[in-house]
Amino acid sequence: MLRRIFPHPLLSLVLTLVWLGLVNKVTLGNLVLGVALGIVVPVMTAAYWPNRPRIRNPLMAAEYALVVLWDIVVANVQVAMIILFKPNADLRSTWITVPLELTSAEAITVLAGTITMTPGTVSAMLSADSSAILVHCLHTDDPDDVRDQIKARYERRLKEIFQ
Amino acid sequence: MDFLTELLIAFFLVVSGIFGLVGSFGMIKLRETMQRLHAPTKATTLGVGGVLIASMLYFLLIERSFSFHELLITLFLFLTAPIVAHFIAKTYLQVHIRPSDLPPTGGEHGWSLYDDPPGDRREE
Repeated sequence: MLRRIFPHPLLSLVLTLVWLGLVNKVTLGNLVLGVALGIVVPVMTAAYWPNRPRIRNPLMAAEYALVVLWDIVVANVQVAMIILFKPNADLRSTWITVPLELTSAEAITVLAGTITMTPGTVSAMLSADSSAILVHCLHTDDPDDVRDQIKARYERRLKEIFQ
Repeated sequence: MDFLTELLIAFFLVVSGIFGLVGSFGMIKLRETMQRLHAPTKATTLGVGGVLIASMLYFLLIERSFSFHELLITLFLFLTAPIVAHFIAKTYLQVHIRPSDLPPTGGEHGWSLYDDPPGDRREE
């Protein structure tokens, strides 16, 4: 019974919180409206996410968010230094292939977004069987090291979160 | 108003200004389209992030009210920025890059822009 009202509890929670954030004022009326949206929207959109993966490890997800935020700050400074102080002739941009062990589409989406948001790398394309991801790197002396970093820092954690 | 509070808010505004400027400068300085793509992804993260933190601190410490809008802006930016960057990268690849310019996938199938997906493994 509870599952039929809340087919996707996490989405319901997120929708309620986003609604409260949008109106920017926590009152009982807003809360009721937010909860109503949180119940109606997941039921109406249930057909669009048939085989969604479950988040196995919420603690790990929080750790992942912190790691990514920290990496964004560090990498921002690095790329700013590259732009400001490195002559264009010294810039070695390369394409890197990162083989994927993740299988679910959601996990790969999160990984691709993470790679783009951490500056210095932009994810560009998946292979046809989604077994590898193409990453463009602004400047690196050691492409293998960038690939190993992505696999060790992000993919390993995502594997524990989603699979 | 506290001097320290103002200093803190000003610090975040200056940081965001610097990173926004560097990001814009990168657009001029870098030569290739793919390299230029790195500049705006940076301006959105720390440049916008700094303004948002400053705004949250201002409302929290000076106006004494909590504002959720900054959190939502961060959320929507983190959702949309990689997707736009991905679109631009893919369009560039389609027009300017041949498969032979790219490294091999390491698997039996090529990159998705040039190769069809294998059979019925995925529905989409």
